[in-house]
Amino acid sequence: MRIPLSWLSEYVDVPVGETAESIGERLVSVGLELEEMIRIGDDNTGPIVVGHVLSIEELTEFKKPIRFCRVAVGAEHGHPDTPGERGIICGARNFAEGDLVVVALPGTVLTGGFAIASRETYGHISDGMICSERELGLGDEHSGIIVLPPGTAEVGADAYPIVGLGEVVLDVSVTPDMGFCLSMRGVARELAHQFGTQFRDPGVELVELPAPAQGEPHECAVEALDACDVFTLRTIVGFDPAAPSPNWMKRRLILSGMRPVSLAVDVTNYVMLETGQPLHAFDRNKLRGPIVVRHARDGESMETLDHVQRTLHPGDLLITDDRGGIGIAGIMGGLETEVDENTTAIALEAAHFGSRGIARSSRRHKLSSEASRRYERGVDYVLAPYASARAAALLLAHGGGSYIGMNGVEAPHEPVRIPISVDLPGRTAGTPIDRAVVVERLRAVGATIRDDQAEPLVVEPPSWRPDLTDPADLVEEVLRLGGYDAIPSTLPQAPVGFGLTESQRARRRVGRALASAGYVEALSYPFVGDAEFDALTIPADDPRRNVLLLANPLSDEQPGMRSTLLPGVLNTLRRNVGRGTTDVAVFEMGAVVHLREGQSPRGITDPPRPDVSGRPSESDLTTLEGLLPDQPLHVAVALAGSRTPAGWWGPASDSSWADAVEAARIVADAVGTELMVRSGATPAPWHPGRCAELVVGDVVVGYAGELSPRSCEEAGLPRRTCAMELNLDVVISRARGVVTAQALSTFPVAKEDVALVVETTVSAQDVHDALVSGAGPLLESVRLFDVYAGDQVPPGKKSLAFSLRFRAPDRTLNVDEVTAARTAAIEAARVAYGAVLRG
Amino acid sequence: MSAPNKSYDPVEVADLSPEAIDAAVATALAAIAAASELDSLKEARLAHGGDRSPLALANREIGALPPAAKAEAGKRVGEARAAVRVALEQRQVDLERERDERVLIEEAVDVTLAYSRRPVGARHPLTTIQEHIADVFVAMGWEIAEGPEVEAEWHNFDALNIGPDHPARTMQDTFFVGTEDSGVVLRTHTSPVQIRSMLDRPLPIYVVCPGRVFRTDELDATHTPVFHQVEGLVVDEGITMADLKGTLDHFATAMFGPDARTRLRPSYFPFTEPSAELDLWFPGAKGGPRWIEWGGCGMVNPRVLDACGIDSSRYSGFAFGMGIERTLMFRHDVTDMRDMVEGDVRFTLAFGQEV
Repeated sequence: MRIPLSWLSEYVDVPVGETAESIGERLVSVGLELEEMIRIGDDNTGPIVVGHVLSIEELTEFKKPIRFCRVAVGAEHGHPDTPGERGIICGARNFAEGDLVVVALPGTVLTGGFAIASRETYGHISDGMICSERELGLGDEHSGIIVLPPGTAEVGADAYPIVGLGEVVLDVSVTPDMGFCLSMRGVARELAHQFGTQFRDPGVELVELPAPAQGEPHECAVEALDACDVFTLRTIVGFDPAAPSPNWMKRRLILSGMRPVSLAVDVTNYVMLETGQPLHAFDRNKLRGPIVVRHARDGESMETLDHVQRTLHPGDLLITDDRGGIGIAGIMGGLETEVDENTTAIALEAAHFGSRGIARSSRRHKLSSEASRRYERGVDYVLAPYASARAAALLLAHGGGSYIGMNGVEAPHEPVRIPISVDLPGRTAGTPIDRAVVVERLRAVGATIRDDQAEPLVVEPPSWRPDLTDPADLVEEVLRLGGYDAIPSTLPQAPVGFGLTESQRARRRVGRALASAGYVEALSYPFVGDAEFDALTIPADDPRRNVLLLANPLSDEQPGMRSTLLPGVLNTLRRNVGRGTTDVAVFEMGAVVHLREGQSPRGITDPPRPDVSGRPSESDLTTLEGLLPDQPLHVAVALAGSRTPAGWWGPASDSSWADAVEAARIVADAVGTELMVRSGATPAPWHPGRCAELVVGDVVVGYAGELSPRSCEEAGLPRRTCAMELNLDVVISRARGVVTAQALSTFPVAKEDVALVVETTVSAQDVHDALVSGAGPLLESVRLFDVYAGDQVPPGKKSLAFSLRFRAPDRTLNVDEVTAARTAAIEAARVAYGAVLRG
Repeated sequence: MSAPNKSYDPVEVADLSPEAIDAAVATALAAIAAASELDSLKEARLAHGGDRSPLALANREIGALPPAAKAEAGKRVGEARAAVRVALEQRQVDLERERDERVLIEEAVDVTLAYSRRPVGARHPLTTIQEHIADVFVAMGWEIAEGPEVEAEWHNFDALNIGPDHPARTMQDTFFVGTEDSGVVLRTHTSPVQIRSMLDRPLPIYVVCPGRVFRTDELDATHTPVFHQVEGLVVDEGITMADLKGTLDHFATAMFGPDARTRLRPSYFPFTEPSAELDLWFPGAKGGPRWIEWGGCGMVNPRVLDACGIDSSRYSGFAFGMGIERTLMFRHDVTDMRDMVEGDVRFTLAFGQEV
């Protein structure tokens, strides 16, 4: 909402000393956000006056037609040789002898530093300049010079105030609850309270209209009183369609960001800006039969003023005549009944429409207008007849014609009464507020309080504040008018808490552990599409591709919600490699979305919407939860290039499947969960021979290893890119509980190394487990320290070297005991995997 | 060893003469002093302090002296041997020290060679700043509440007094799941976690809810469709707007230093009444301290308490919320939103493990 301060000051006295800045601050303090302070043409200096074109001499000998004009500029501004007059060269053609124009005299410096001086050009002395809007910094108009309407200014008068130079406009944004501030009326009321000065309400002065002349005012009826509780239609005939809008009105419209069109349209816009009441002027002669307000019928359509043919919905409220729709109520009029340059009879509509219906129609048609913005937020329900009288008076004053009366429909209005404890504002603020202050402030916003000693107070909000419905709304008004700065600052004492949950702590540890291990965290978007899955060679029927779909994705390429972190973390890796970071290790922790059994990727169509007047039933809450997919927290890493760079210590080491598996172990260790790594089924995109299944308990929680060469190629990833992804929620849920400390044996340890030859297909983990099971309780630890395949072992075999440590809690072990345990361990490996002790 | 011999005169036993003893001592001390290495000192010890050294041999002769002479000779030899022993010990200490010093010099390396062979990683500043915020409130006894990102429309809108016709509920702003009528959205703010907290937690409630939220904005320098918020919620008896102010002031100083403070301006949110915009006085702002728009806040609308089954005549509450990206941008002078979402490790590494 743009507010020219000169217009605003018609309705509120601004105390001496207040500036545009201080007015802006006041408006901010009551809840209007100041977007911009616009100073119109304030960098023009020097004499700019109103001129009267006395004569025009057409100069035709030049490339373009040029005019030499004699212009009266007032007694004190004339050239010494031609008292009261100046000769001026002008290239514009949109004016005639007798017109009033704006003249910049020599000595003027126009916006942008353009100095005006007397100079010879086109064979004449040009003694000033006749100005266009753009030349003065008023607007973009430069197709011709400014022509002031006849009789609107004195010749020689200072043109600055007349065209609005130096005017300050405040552009404020208005929150949805302050629809009344989409008008000079509303803003002036707020400012008057801030300044403690008089407010002159332009909304409730019933303008005197002439007694209706002979004739029948156009008829109207309302079939949908629930959606339109006030409808008025005033009729004017004999209107001069050529009558221009007065200059002051045009200026104000321009300053407010609207383009002057014609007197009839300008008046409706002007009165809307002034009072907040949208108005619509129909060309009465184009109307067929009475106007009826009703809901649209199925299949109806109409063309709106913006030349769009619109198919209507039964929820749309229409202004109709015998032909059908001639306007979508409260949003936009129809093209067929538009006022135009031949309009001599006007039917002027002012109505009150329900905000919800307007909002829905506006959204349905993706059509927002000055009118719909106001109706959506709520328009003063008593304002329509006042505003239309004001508009009719302006039309008659400037366009002539006869007023022949008003027809109207009004539904009874149920007054709103809000009981409020008088101490509620103080209790909410945290500092007492006197009854007198509460009452005074509520009255200042326009509320009626019949008994200011009552408890509770019974408050009737003013007609222009449909947003005030609850005691809390009134509390805000009381505190807002007092200024939020008046509220003290105290700290509430929370009860003792339990700190972070185990899961929250575990997630922090996982993040820190991965970062400490060299991984850099990234947070990618959760949107996926077929391209990502295809690139990772994940087949079409893979459950991971059964993703939750968005109705309105940002990109049709990525309509789904990720079921795996891999596409995102790999994309991050690829971007880094593309930017030259070729040795890269990244991780991501975040939720993925898995449809539950029976859930459709498209959701359901008729969800429950529990009433909000109280807590929903447990079954409703359960139903709502049932709408949601599973959203487990996953963690993933991706790495490529060198894990350790080459340096003075030696050559680089490439990142490998082992790093990926280690990352899984780092995660599990950080959480405190026992993780089992095994070879098993490995779905795409993993390399089937270089990927481990990650298992916690009996649950496969993820995979770690190298991506298949085909996936790397298809996805544009470096060769041998490695990755890991696991379900962190499951890992955290299986974390060991409180650790029980073990008694430490101080007796000596006995160390035994064994090298076992097995088939290459036997996994080290299995042999390890066999040794553990065979060695018995004396075994303290076992660790694989070497793997060998080559000349020293038969083809198809490998040697696994383990270091075993034995210790007893209560004695020093003798050689026989150690040998027996070692032999038992080897025997277990032999029985299970054919392991043979390497000679 | 010789047997005692009554007629034996120590003066006549050349080895025990004062001259001989002195000469032996002098020779020994010279050899010790001449030993420049621990090895040569070892040889000197053998030669002059060992069992075969002249003084040791002289010592053996004492037994052969007549009793009257034994004492004197014994004293002389004993003093001589002590002198040699002291000299040996001293020289040993000196040479060991010299050797140690030499070793430290010889073993010196170029320590500037050393740096992490395994490059260190980093956590994303959006993560660590959320943890920082969480820690501020946990220190006050609050807890951290969480909720799903794919959320029921009822939790995201209806329960928050955002009616069916509210402009935020259009596809202009909100990602709808499946169809526009599915009742499920990507949460547009962390406020549904407030609803879940009020439905699930016992009163009183003191929680902050950090999390990821979604709006249908295209990514550019100042917008991202996926971003993070943190919200705070208190519901207790006698909670006032002054409590809201005090909490925000404390939060501001914890995040931005003792000179930080906050300012409230009237505003509108459906789920709070009264509502306010929250400005932060940011002492560390580039170009000098100034007010920065930080977030929104207000007193929990009693209608929201009602929707969660909380007695709004007895309990009141406040809520506040702010964007994490925005906070990070002005706190750390990040000028392009894309740097925070693209995952370029160069951006993240600069922040290290904590912010």
